[in-house]
Amino acid sequence: MSVRKLFERELEDLKDQLVEMCRLTETMISMAITALVNRDRELGFSIAEMDKKVDEYEMQIEKQCMRILIKQQPVARDFRHVSTALKMITDIERFGDQASDIGELVYSMPGDKYIKKLNHTTEMGNLAIKMVRESVRSFIQSDIALADEVIALDDKMDELFDTIKNELVELIKKDSSNGDQAITLMMVAKYLERIGDHAVNVAEWTKYNETGVHKKI
Amino acid sequence: MLIRKNRNPQNNELSFNGHISVSNASLWYEDFQALKNISIEIPENQITAFIGPSGCGKSTFLKCLNRMNDLVDNCRVEGSFKIGDVDIYGKIDVNELRKNVGMVFQKPNPFPMSVYDNIAYGPRTFGITKRQELDEIVESSLRQAAMWDDLKDRLFESALGLSGGQQQRLCIARALAVKPKIILMDEPTSALDPISTGKIEELCEELKKDTTIVIVTHNMQQASRISDKTGFFLLGELVEYDNTDNIFTSPNDERTERYITGRFG
Repeated sequence: MSVRKLFERELEDLKDQLVEMCRLTETMISMAITALVNRDRELGFSIAEMDKKVDEYEMQIEKQCMRILIKQQPVARDFRHVSTALKMITDIERFGDQASDIGELVYSMPGDKYIKKLNHTTEMGNLAIKMVRESVRSFIQSDIALADEVIALDDKMDELFDTIKNELVELIKKDSSNGDQAITLMMVAKYLERIGDHAVNVAEWTKYNETGVHKKI
Repeated sequence: MLIRKNRNPQNNELSFNGHISVSNASLWYEDFQALKNISIEIPENQITAFIGPSGCGKSTFLKCLNRMNDLVDNCRVEGSFKIGDVDIYGKIDVNELRKNVGMVFQKPNPFPMSVYDNIAYGPRTFGITKRQELDEIVESSLRQAAMWDDLKDRLFESALGLSGGQQQRLCIARALAVKPKIILMDEPTSALDPISTGKIEELCEELKKDTTIVIVTHNMQQASRISDKTGFFLLGELVEYDNTDNIFTSPNDERTERYITGRFG
């Protein structure tokens, strides 16, 4: 096999690992929302364990990128591909961290009845999963239009966050004893909103990978 | 060194500087067109690298810049070549041109004489005979080439006894002795080990403070390490010419991309 073909295979392996890492974080976010809705403390706790695997992926992919940089000294598209992967894993690792943080909140939350419906929170959770999946898919498939869609979805995420925040403020105003749970739900919303931001970063790196221009939106 | 003693005093007023401006340049070796309509602006006091597969025209183009192709039978050049305000294919003294546009070749080619005489050769050709003046030129040229400390006690030994890397730096020092505005380098490190290569690259970085350097290299990492601008040649065409950072991170032309990533060539 030619050196170039071997290199291309290494790049494909890198993509495969990114997809696996991303899928794991999607599962974690989904589990975090399920744990929240069902008040499943054990499920919430188990997410932290999965986060260790995400960290392992990050280390492994980082090492692989370093190896490619040293061995192949890539340039042009090849260089953008490896540097994008290196930047993306930081954001993907944060997906896992945020899911794990939500799991921990569920685990430590008192067993009171919820002070509000969780429909907006689950909507944020589903949107976060979609943004995570599509952002990484846009990179794998070199799809700038899809990256733009992910970036556009962040407005919806911010809107849901504001809705939840306003509801919680009203609930605290109405009854200060709602405060503890309101803060917890606010933190959940904030973690989900941050996942959206990291997905936007991934989409921006996809655009850099394709165009060579990195713009923060 | 291709300097003859019949210099034309009328050309003393020519104002060469380090800026090279070429437009619509073509070159034929008999019927074969080796360069096709090249236009390029090479900025002063920067390092410009030319890359491309063997036979693409990059060395041919380099040689046009000090009219080395004049020495090739049946070679015909068209287009405009200017250095500063000087039309180098106009009525000029070619010796004066080559004094201002020095050249370093792939294989070190010291003259079979002492280190001192190698460096003093050019200045002597241009009429400098005073010992003290020559001593100063030899020392400053060797210092510029970062060789003075190594060679100050070996000035009168044969240059052929130096290592390959030292010989190549001596050739650069020899070119510097006549204070050129531009130095052309045709694969100057391809025959050198990594340490000597590193020294030549450091030297280029140092020299560009007051000299324009145009370098042909097959070493892509070298081009990306040391050059400010890079031009990619293919089949006699200058396919792309841009800031080196752009060429090696996001080239505009698919052919450049394919060449530098090793997909062809």
